[in-house]
Amino acid sequence: MVYEEGFTRSLPRPEVAIRALDLGKAFGAHTALDGFSLDVGAGTVCGLLGPNGAGKTTAVRILTTLTRPDSGQAQVAGFDVVRDPRQVRYRIGLVGQNASLDEILSGCENLVMFGRLLRLSAAAARRRAEELLAQFDLAAAANQPVADYSGGMRRRLDLAASLILSPPVLFLDEPTTGLDPRARIDVWSSIRSLVGSGTTVLLTTQYLEEADQLCDQIAVIDAGQVVAHGTPDELKAKVGPDRVETITRKPSLDEVFLHLTGHHPSTGRAEPMTENTR
Amino acid sequence: MSTFTAPQSTTTTGWLRDAATLTARVLRHWKRRPGSLVVSLLFPVLMVLMFGYLFGGAMAVPDGGYMAFLIPGMLAMAMLFGLETMVVSVTTDTAKGVTERIRAMPVTATAVLAGRSTADLLNAIVALAVMLITGLLVGWTAHRGLGLALGAIGLLLWLRFAFTWVGIYLGLLLKTPESAVAVQILVWPVGFLSSAFVSPDTMPGWLGTIATWNPLSATATAIRDLFGNPDWNTHGWAAEHSILIALIWPAVLTAIFLPLALASYRRLDR
Ligand SMILES: Nc1ncnc2c1ncn2[C@@H]1O[C@H](COP(=O)(O)OP(=O)(O)O)[C@@H](O)[C@H]1O
Ligand SMILES: [Mg+2]
Repeated sequence: MVYEEGFTRSLPRPEVAIRALDLGKAFGAHTALDGFSLDVGAGTVCGLLGPNGAGKTTAVRILTTLTRPDSGQAQVAGFDVVRDPRQVRYRIGLVGQNASLDEILSGCENLVMFGRLLRLSAAAARRRAEELLAQFDLAAAANQPVADYSGGMRRRLDLAASLILSPPVLFLDEPTTGLDPRARIDVWSSIRSLVGSGTTVLLTTQYLEEADQLCDQIAVIDAGQVVAHGTPDELKAKVGPDRVETITRKPSLDEVFLHLTGHHPSTGRAEPMTENTR
Repeated sequence: MSTFTAPQSTTTTGWLRDAATLTARVLRHWKRRPGSLVVSLLFPVLMVLMFGYLFGGAMAVPDGGYMAFLIPGMLAMAMLFGLETMVVSVTTDTAKGVTERIRAMPVTATAVLAGRSTADLLNAIVALAVMLITGLLVGWTAHRGLGLALGAIGLLLWLRFAFTWVGIYLGLLLKTPESAVAVQILVWPVGFLSSAFVSPDTMPGWLGTIATWNPLSATATAIRDLFGNPDWNTHGWAAEHSILIALIWPAVLTAIFLPLALASYRRLDR
């Protein structure tokens, strides 16, 4: 919370593409986010890593204007998500945790429709749709209804739909969950090629390997808070010299998570061993 | 990759385009899945045949025959059936995440709902055309000229416009496509507790009163008048002022459910 003072007065530094400050959100008696703060530098890929129920989706939904926070502030691409949602919406792409496509329409019809809603002309929407279908290897299925698509194809179309305007900030909520290994590799390579083009990406994942593969920075989230933040290597170093010395190989992110939060990421099971258990 | 530009326009033309894009989307659904449209169009036709030919013989018939009484009632019922279609459409969009994607785009709530409403009116126009042709084929006719007949169609679409907002609101409230079954069932008591099929005079006292004041009855009675079709009880305040009531009821429903639908859509972020 170093930047709490003067946060509202000072303009956001342009190099910060996503800024969340002390976000809180409760659903009934259940607190989903509890003082969630995060800065993501422009042009970087930040991984939000945490187990099921940690609050990843809630954070992404607030940052993409889909959910209103109970407390705290957030800015995306320089605009406040609560006060200026429309400006934010022009500048973001979102791939939600579940596919969000019109299943009756074809892949091409989906992309053209979303392009039109983003105010592209009919011709430009069609051109962009064809461009994206080719880029995501969906040209052959362009005119099939999405209902006939496989999970991997839907994910790629979802990704394509969120890239119509080449948004400066992209949110990917568990983009490879539920995909088979081959489809996962495909989505990874799509994400990597985006990163080259200067897009800021916030990616949530339960897969430590995924965060390590794709991200410059990782924020570990647990019980609605960021409990650790740094590069994959910094996080590994935080585990402490004793562990690094006793283990000949580098500690895996799995072990990092266990050390920082006291439980395994995949199960949420509490482990009695660490000093950081809350 | 094309470079990013954020269009800043929040103009009326932009709003109209968004609404038109979302209307066109529903038309594309019809093209892609004509089966469900055809079934929804043929269902009231089937009901006309069943009620007209199977039950019609047993009905106490006003001058002019049961079919001439039934067709206006079924036209009003066809407007009510739109409710279920709308609930299915809204809840499916929620379930498939389409609502979410559109909410994360710079499209205003009013444009989204206007698109739905327009598509539903187009659906209603097609449904009315099918029913009117069916009516003409089974011997129904309008006796008081084209002008009043068009007035009757206007009243029917005005009723449908009101039901559209009820449907959008229920769809946003119920959330899951499975719950549309509840609406499908609830349509029937509303339909039978009206003058669509029989005269409210034949019902027990208080049920008859409810049926007389049912919005569906007001429109059914009013269009029987405008088409020059037979009706039973044309006495009583409600029957004598059916056109006025057929204008007021949809206005009241719209005044309640349009703001509710809009507020529900806007509150999806809670
Ligand atoms: N709409 C909602 N209503 C009630 N509880 C919710 C809702 N959304 C999320 N939650 C709860 O908030 C917590 C965080 O959820 P979520 O953000 O989806 O976590 P994650 O994406 O990390 O799995 C979970 O315990 C979840 O059950
Ligand atoms: Mg999630």
